[in-house]
Amino acid sequence: MAGTTAPERAGTSKGGGTLYRGDLGMWSWVAHRITGVLTFFFLFAHVLDTALVRVSPDAYDKVIETYKNPIVNLFEVGLVGAVLYHALNGIRVMLVDFWAKGPRYQRQMLWAILGVWVLVMVPGTYFMMVRTVSDLFGGQ
Amino acid sequence: MTATAEVSTGSRGNQPPVPDGAITVTVKIRRFNSEFDDEPRWDSFEIPALPSDRVLNLLHYVKWYLDGTLTFRRSCAHGICGSDAMRINGVNRLACKVLLKDLLASGGKPTTITIEPIKGLPVHKDLLVDMEPFFEAFKAVKPYLITYGNEPTRERVQSIADRERFDDTTKCILCAACTTSCPVYWTEGSYFGPAAIVNAHRFIFDSRDEGAEERLDILNDIDGVWRCRTTFNCTDACPRGIQVTKAIQEVKRALLFKRV
Repeated sequence: MAGTTAPERAGTSKGGGTLYRGDLGMWSWVAHRITGVLTFFFLFAHVLDTALVRVSPDAYDKVIETYKNPIVNLFEVGLVGAVLYHALNGIRVMLVDFWAKGPRYQRQMLWAILGVWVLVMVPGTYFMMVRTVSDLFGGQ
Repeated sequence: MTATAEVSTGSRGNQPPVPDGAITVTVKIRRFNSEFDDEPRWDSFEIPALPSDRVLNLLHYVKWYLDGTLTFRRSCAHGICGSDAMRINGVNRLACKVLLKDLLASGGKPTTITIEPIKGLPVHKDLLVDMEPFFEAFKAVKPYLITYGNEPTRERVQSIADRERFDDTTKCILCAACTTSCPVYWTEGSYFGPAAIVNAHRFIFDSRDEGAEERLDILNDIDGVWRCRTTFNCTDACPRGIQVTKAIQEVKRALLFKRV
């Protein structure tokens, strides 16, 4: 039967479906999810390490000491970026939901919050990283 | 029948002569036959076509002249019946409304068009999906006029402004392009989906209708409008240009501020 032999045709291949090429709003939602989950994991770890002070101030100091390295500093910049995006996009989503003209201006609002994000992150990254970078490469 | 060696041919015999100005495009179709296949596969076809052809013409060419087993829905072929919603190059579109010239690769490079069934509904065969869950969500929002008391002796009069209030959502053709473009619907099949909310909106904001409270109660449920994450995929996918996310938002606002 034609139906059973069809898979042997030339031009047949297996493989998954393609990614849905959604609206810009879909990617802002994906980023919102990712930044939200990352922030949640930070808060989880943060509650745990802060709670260590109740175990013993000594243990707390030891753990905090391990944070004083360039990689954690980089994580901090990432955390600020994630929280800032999540906060700004959260405002955008609220406006989309409850401001009469929100859906019409969703794209412009997305570009606006990304603009604010870049404006804050550029100097923010500088001030957060300047000491780490000078310690690593600059000397005194 | 004599055709034994031929692997698979179309339902209308030999291929017609290639028209002047035709270009050859590759059409990659995601196929699945629940009777034989364990998982979907991709089939590629080389098709001569004119830039003015619709994607539906390409599918017809495959079915009629290359492989008659290809299965898809289409009825009016003019963007009214809403039968041929499918995923074309990654987005939900009606195959009868997308022109080949809008899909051609730039700079004369070879063009490949991918066609997949709409997501989130069970695939029966190839591009044909089970629409029943979609229609169940539609029926659940009571998409018909609800009135109480005695019927008026004359028609139910409505001002132009009152008619205008819900004009956008009267355009729906139930093609499911919006609902199956929704990431929430893909993972949470119990969500009513954009199309059902659009059709609820059509009656909630109709001044002649008296069932707004019932419908708002239904849509205030866990699987109602609050599942919407405003990704705007539905607005982008709607072949009738309905501002779907805006309609959902208006239902949300009606629920929150008690304004209809």
